[in-house]
Amino acid sequence: MDILFIGVGGQGILFASELVARAAMINGLNVKKSDIHGMAQRGGSVISGLRFGQKVYSPTIDKADVICSLELIEALRVINYLKPNGKIFVNNQRIIPMTAFIGNVPYPDDPFQMIKKISNNATLLNALDIAKELSNPRIVNVVMVGAVSTALDFPEKVWQEAIESIGKFVEINKKAFAAGQKLCES
Amino acid sequence: MNKFLSGNEAIARGAYEYGVHFAIAYPGTPSTEILENIAKYKKINSEWSINEKVAYESAWGASLAGARVLVAMKHVGLNVAADPFVTSIYTGVNGGFVLVVADDPGMWSSQNEQDDRNYAKFAKVPMLEPSDSQETKNFVGEALRISEEFDIPVLLRISTRISHSKGIVEVGERKEFSIKGYEKNTKKYTMLPANARARRLDLKIRLERLKKFSEKFEYNRLEWGERDIGIITAGISYQYAKEAFPEASFLKISMTYPLPEDKIREFASKVKKLIVVEELDPFMEEQIKAMGIQVEGKNLISEIGELSAEKVRESLNGITKLEVKSEKTKEVEIPKRPPILCAGCPHRAISYVLNRLKVVISGDIGCYTLGALPPLNAMDTCLCMGASISAASGLSKIATNKKVVGVIGDSTFIHSGITGLIDCVYNKRDVTLCILDNHITAMTGHQVNPGTGLTLKGEQTNILDIKALCQAIGVPHIKVVDALDIKKIREVVKEELDFKDVSVIIVRGNCIVYEKKYINPPFKVIPEKCNECGACFNLGCPAIEKHNGKAVINEVLCVGCGLCLQVCKFNAFTK
Repeated sequence: MDILFIGVGGQGILFASELVARAAMINGLNVKKSDIHGMAQRGGSVISGLRFGQKVYSPTIDKADVICSLELIEALRVINYLKPNGKIFVNNQRIIPMTAFIGNVPYPDDPFQMIKKISNNATLLNALDIAKELSNPRIVNVVMVGAVSTALDFPEKVWQEAIESIGKFVEINKKAFAAGQKLCES
Repeated sequence: MNKFLSGNEAIARGAYEYGVHFAIAYPGTPSTEILENIAKYKKINSEWSINEKVAYESAWGASLAGARVLVAMKHVGLNVAADPFVTSIYTGVNGGFVLVVADDPGMWSSQNEQDDRNYAKFAKVPMLEPSDSQETKNFVGEALRISEEFDIPVLLRISTRISHSKGIVEVGERKEFSIKGYEKNTKKYTMLPANARARRLDLKIRLERLKKFSEKFEYNRLEWGERDIGIITAGISYQYAKEAFPEASFLKISMTYPLPEDKIREFASKVKKLIVVEELDPFMEEQIKAMGIQVEGKNLISEIGELSAEKVRESLNGITKLEVKSEKTKEVEIPKRPPILCAGCPHRAISYVLNRLKVVISGDIGCYTLGALPPLNAMDTCLCMGASISAASGLSKIATNKKVVGVIGDSTFIHSGITGLIDCVYNKRDVTLCILDNHITAMTGHQVNPGTGLTLKGEQTNILDIKALCQAIGVPHIKVVDALDIKKIREVVKEELDFKDVSVIIVRGNCIVYEKKYINPPFKVIPEKCNECGACFNLGCPAIEKHNGKAVINEVLCVGCGLCLQVCKFNAFTK
C-alpha cells in the first residue's frame, strides 16, 4: 500500500504520515516513509510518501494507491502519481502561493472540478471547517487521516493505539480522527 | 525494541549504542539532523563546529586522545574538509573514527550532486554504504570497529533518501568503551615528508588488509535468484533494484571501498548478464571493468539525479535511458509553490534595496539565496559557502566599471567568509559587503552558531562580535543598520557604494521564525487607499495577497514587520 501525503509547509503533513505509519507498524506491517521537507518553513510544498506491506524495499513511491492532499492545488500537483483505481482525498482549503499574484498562472477557480476530471475516485472534505468546529484548526491533518483510514482495513483499535502512542493531544486527536471517518461515511 | 527511525536518527542511535564519546558537525542538508539527534544523548559530547574542516580536525584530535568519534557533513562539506581528511588517512587513528557524509542526488537542497564515493578511492579510505535505517545504525558500529582494527578513519556514505527516509530499527543498549588516552607518536602523527613517506607505505599495507577484510565482510552479501541477470548494487540503489527485479540474483555490497574482488568474480562467473545498479557515477562499474570483468551499468542507467524502482525497471528493460526526470506533463497548469523568504524575514529589505540599485550582487548560501528568485531578483552569483566575499573581490578588481556588492549571512561568514574579508582588506578592494546577521543558522533549520551565544547542548557560551571582528581585521568602513528599515538601508548602501575601499554593512535583524517574540500584530489594508500600483508586491512577501488587483493582508502569515508600510506611497497599509 502506497500513500502520498501532500500539502503546504505548516499544515502538519509529516505528522499525518507519521500517524498512519504508526498504525501500520502496530498492525504488524513493514513500513517505510520518505519525506521531502527541506523548505517546509518557507511556504513550499511538503510531500511525504508512506509505504507498508509484508516487505517494503524502496522508501519512495512511484505510483500511489491513495493520495491525501491538505490543499486543493497541491492535489493537482501530484495527481499524475495516482494509480488508475487509486483514491484521492482532498481538503477543501485554498492556500494561494505568491507566484499566483506575481506570475502568469493564476490560482484556478475550481481546482476540485479539475481533479474530478482526472480521477473518478476523488473525495472533497471540509476538514478545515471540522477542525475549526473542534476549536483547533491545526488538527485538520488528523481529520484527513480519519478520512484516509476508510480506505485502509486496519482494525479500529489499531488507530486508537496509534493516536495514543503520540502521547499528546490524545483526546482532541481522537475526536478529529472520528470526525474525518464520519465525513467519508456520510 | 523496535523504533521507527530516519537514517539520520539511526546514525545518532548508532553513535549512542556503539560508545561514541565525541560527535561534531557543521549543519548541512541532508545531514543536519544527525547531530541534532546525537545532542539528545547526554553520554555523548556533541558540538556544532564553525565549518567542516574545523569539525574534521577537531574529531581527529579527539580520536588521537583516544575517544570514539563521529564527524558528519553534507557532500560538499567534505570539499571543505578534504585537506585534513586525505592526510588523516595516512596518520590513522587512536580511538575509532567515523566520518559520515551525506550526498544529495537530485540536488534537493544543494548546489551540485557530486558523488562523494570518489573520495574513498582518491583518499584510499574504507567506505561503507547502508541501504536502510537498520543498516545505517549497525554500520556506525562496524565503521568504528574497522577503524580501530585497521588504524584508519572510515567513511560512512549515505544519501538524502537514506537520511530522510524512515524505517523500522531494532535498538539496543549502549556499550561503553573506555577512552584510550593520548600517547605521543611523532612518526605517526606529524606528517613531515619523511614520516609521511613511511605512513604512505603503511597505508598500502592497511589497504591490502582491508581488501581481504572486504571479501569476508558479512554485509557484502550474495542473494541468489534467477541466474539470467546478476545485479551488483549498494546503498539505496539496492532497494530500488530489489523492488524492480525481485527474482534476479544480487551481490549486495556494503563495503564499496575496497571492493571484494574475489566475491565479484565468483558472482560474475555464475550469472549470464552482469549489471551494476548505482546512483550517480559509475564508481563500482569502473573498478569492476578494471578487474577485466564484462559488466553493464551506465550505458543503461542515467548518471544524473536520483534513481527510483521505476527508473531502474525502465532503464534495465531498455525502455529508455532516463535522464533528469522532467516535471510530468500536467493536464492542467497550476501556479508553482517555490520556497520564499518568510513574512517578516530580515533578509527581505536588503534584497529589495539591492535589486533596485542595479549593482552586481555576489551571493552566498543561506536563506537569503531565496532572494535570487523573483520578484526580489537580488543575486547575480552563488557558488559555494563563503564565495560571496572572495568572488566579489575578484569581480571588483576586474569589472571596475561596475559596483560590486557581496551578500553573506552570519553563519556563512563565520564558516568561510572571514578569510575572504581579510583578503579584501589586504588587497584594498573597492567592494561593499553586507553581512546579514540574524544570529542563527536558519536555512538548515535554526542551528545555533557562535553569534547566538548558545551551544548545541543549549549551554551559554561566548558570543562572537562580528563588528569587533571586522574592526580587528582593519575594515575601513563598518556600518550597522536595522534589517527592517528600508530608507536607512538604502541610504547607507548608497554611501558605501561610493566609498573606494572595503565597506562592511552589518544588516542586523532576528530570524522571525526562530525568535517569535519579535512578531507584531498583523497589518491591514485600507481598500479605498490602495490604488493597485503593485509596489508592495515587489517585496515578495507571502502575507500580501492580490484580490481583484488590490493588496490584501493574509492575517495568518503577517507578523507586522512594517515593510509594506514603508514602500506604499498611498499609505494604504495600517497597523
